[in-house]
Amino acid sequence: MTEEYQQFVHKQVSSLVFGLLPPNMIKKMAAAKIVTPELYDKEGYPVDGGLMDIRLGVIDPGLRCKTCGGKLKECIGHFGYIELARPIIHFKFVDIVYNLLRATCFDCGRGLMQQADIDKWTARLIKIEQDQGLEERRDKTKEILVELKKTQKCPHCKAQQPKVVFEKPTTFLENEKRISPIEIRTRLEKIPDQDLELLGMKQPFVRPEWMVLTVMPIPPVTMRPSITLETGERSEDDLTHKLGDIVRINQRLFENINAGAPEIIIEDLWDLLQYHVTTFFDNEVPQVPPARHRSGQPLKTITARIKSKEGRIRHNLAGKRTNFSARTVISPDPLIELNEVGVPNVVAMKLTVPERVTEWNKDYLLNYVKLGPTKYPGANYIVRPDGKKKKITDETKEQLLEEIQPGYLVERHLIDGDIAIFNRQPSLHKMSMMCHRIRVLPGKTFRLNPAVCHPYNADFDGDEMNLHVPQTEEARAEAETLMMVQTQLISPRYGLAIIGCTQDAVSGNYLLTKYGEYPRQDAIDLLFKIGADDTMMSRLPHKKTVTGREIFSALLPDEFSFSGTALDGTKVEIVNGQLVEGHMDLATLGGEGKGMMLRKFNKDYGGAKTLVLIGMLMKLGIFTLQKEGLTTALSDTDLPQETQDAIDEILVKANETVEDYIQKYRKGELEPLPGRNIKDTVELEIIKTLNRARNEIGKLAAKSVAPRGGSVVMINSGARGKSINLALIAACVGQQALRGKRIERGYTDRTLSSFKRNDLGTAAHGFVKQGYSQGMTPQEFFFMAMTGRDALMDTALRTPKSGYLYRRLANALQDLRVEYDHSVRDAAGRIVEFLYGDDGIDVSKSEKGKIDVTKIMEMAR
Amino acid sequence: MAKNIDPSKHDLVPKHTLLSDKEKEELFARYRITFFDLPRIEKTDPAITHLNAKSGDVIKIIRKSKTAGEAVYYRGV
Repeated sequence: MTEEYQQFVHKQVSSLVFGLLPPNMIKKMAAAKIVTPELYDKEGYPVDGGLMDIRLGVIDPGLRCKTCGGKLKECIGHFGYIELARPIIHFKFVDIVYNLLRATCFDCGRGLMQQADIDKWTARLIKIEQDQGLEERRDKTKEILVELKKTQKCPHCKAQQPKVVFEKPTTFLENEKRISPIEIRTRLEKIPDQDLELLGMKQPFVRPEWMVLTVMPIPPVTMRPSITLETGERSEDDLTHKLGDIVRINQRLFENINAGAPEIIIEDLWDLLQYHVTTFFDNEVPQVPPARHRSGQPLKTITARIKSKEGRIRHNLAGKRTNFSARTVISPDPLIELNEVGVPNVVAMKLTVPERVTEWNKDYLLNYVKLGPTKYPGANYIVRPDGKKKKITDETKEQLLEEIQPGYLVERHLIDGDIAIFNRQPSLHKMSMMCHRIRVLPGKTFRLNPAVCHPYNADFDGDEMNLHVPQTEEARAEAETLMMVQTQLISPRYGLAIIGCTQDAVSGNYLLTKYGEYPRQDAIDLLFKIGADDTMMSRLPHKKTVTGREIFSALLPDEFSFSGTALDGTKVEIVNGQLVEGHMDLATLGGEGKGMMLRKFNKDYGGAKTLVLIGMLMKLGIFTLQKEGLTTALSDTDLPQETQDAIDEILVKANETVEDYIQKYRKGELEPLPGRNIKDTVELEIIKTLNRARNEIGKLAAKSVAPRGGSVVMINSGARGKSINLALIAACVGQQALRGKRIERGYTDRTLSSFKRNDLGTAAHGFVKQGYSQGMTPQEFFFMAMTGRDALMDTALRTPKSGYLYRRLANALQDLRVEYDHSVRDAAGRIVEFLYGDDGIDVSKSEKGKIDVTKIMEMAR
Repeated sequence: MAKNIDPSKHDLVPKHTLLSDKEKEELFARYRITFFDLPRIEKTDPAITHLNAKSGDVIKIIRKSKTAGEAVYYRGV
């Protein structure tokens, strides 16, 4: 911890010790001794000394606790105790008791080890703890225990040790005779403190005889409240039932002992008490029938409350749940802004925003209250200044309208423009939770602009997302300044635009800026549709026909300049807000670390303006396509006859080359490549030849398809697909590879029974000659199915694995931070890195992790 | 076989040097840290055996970095 913080630490926890509750402590902390299994008397009042004794806390509103005088929520409850007629082994400690019985002498109680050895080990344990920590000490303790258990004869009193056998769940046998808990307890009492330290029990916090209960604490009633059913009947908690059993049997046992009943009866009752106490702690002990309700369903006792997924820890403590949140399916809406989220009416009427009533907004807020919870936009609750919450209903509405005055809170429905945090799991980076403005829309899904799909990694095949509504002014301000979509346009991962135009918007802008030419009327129409303002309109030149570039340029401010390259390598030049050369495509408009023009724009004009621009460009692209039409069809992949012939020729040639290699290999004339044997060499050469052929075909196919066809437009603009996909369909699917090799598996010496043995040819090892549009032979189809399955399994197995890997990394790095001196330190102030990233660059303020100083100089000039 | 190789001369091993007491003080003052806030290196680390460092010493490491060319790093022994 750094010195500056030291002054704020008042008390520091230096260590924690876990120990056992001694019987006298149980008695001391108890508020009442419980003696009767009855709960209530005839009037329905809790019996004194019963399990619902009012000294144990209050669960009824209005009553006061007899111990502390607190009311329902003030008193946290007090423990009671019962005196057990006979000692009972605490089930959760049987393993330790068993170990102790075997590791110590049955007669004198000493650890089964020479005194000298005990001293030696004790000293060694202290040293281990100092040097290597508690963990190591615990491991060593286990070793000592194993050593002790081996000893047959007590080195102190020379008594031969009888063999102790543990019979599940709570019985111990010695020489086939049972040791009673009383006997066990006396033996444990005899073990000296020094020997216990050796076995890992810190003194004076743990005495082994406390593992055999003589008194038992009764948990406060607040921990096991009874519920009043609608019929007026009281239904007790499972724990109360169990405690009732314990107290009842305990009383019977007392009576029988006092009356001098035969030993068998007492033994039976004792066992029964043992059973009840065991199931009170844990009702899922193996080989013990679980205690059940009359209905036959097992009781939920202490262990069940804490343990497992539905237990206190994983369910209540680790599983945090939020109010004011909603979750539903998402769907796209390119017509809302990027930083908006469409919220269905039903959700908007359930989620609320609290607004404080003042003199000035009273009338405005009263309008909400008037509409109530059923009409939109209404309000669901009002909160009085004293913190009392009142639901608005038809009956209370009139009265509440009268009552409201400045100082009250009105929890009104969501309205357009409210702030909300939108999230999609897995939340892997900060862009997985962004702040949006609410737009209440009909329907039942959350609507989002497709441009923000990428940071969320969302699609619309049934994805669901969560929406959180901040409830305080501070939270809203924080969300707005730190998490709003426009502040997240640049990814801190590579310092480039992460949000940009997607899908149709890219191909639309591509077509517009490359080929577009419209009558002025149409251009104005288009600009109106995308919501262009007057300044933008005025930028449209007064000509009869305007080009797509001019329409596009209308959206850009006059001073904006940019130069870069398009996907196909051609130059793109924007000078003073005019696109003078080149066309738009993914490289300039896209997200995902691609759109360089957007990056420049963001740098020059800031996030808010960029956001609006992206929104408009999205719409511009889409409406252009609405005008132009864009479709993809199988005819896109039709090839002219010459191309088809050329492809066939390439294939034939490749096949010949392969055959050549095979001949050479068969004859043994093939020169092996360095570091390979001949078999590998021939395989390698074949693969090389086939790949070369496939690439040639791909290029040929891409070259000879119609340039304005839907598929080609999408490919060239970068919106969707690669030219490889086109080649796959049009010309040739190519080699199917399994684990980086040609397909080799199947029958003895051949892949399928339709081939000859030891056929090394192309077709026999999964080369698919045809393109998808021509169809495949059955053999080819089978090979494709093989690789298809392999790929499917691979992704299915890899996703969770890499997800877990990432999670571990993120958790390990979560509290590292960059200090003001640019060093990276962990939570304790220890240095991890002396200069962040070795270069001290904030990637989100850079371009691809680099800062170009000359460029900045030029701009400054 | 390869017993007499000096790792400090190897191309891939960054340059390790021992800091003087004065330099140490300067380093601690610059980052406002104590010795225990430094990253660690084992006394027996092959790269620094030739320096004969004692515990409490600070090693300065100049290494190549993908992002910044050369980067300076310190480790406590």
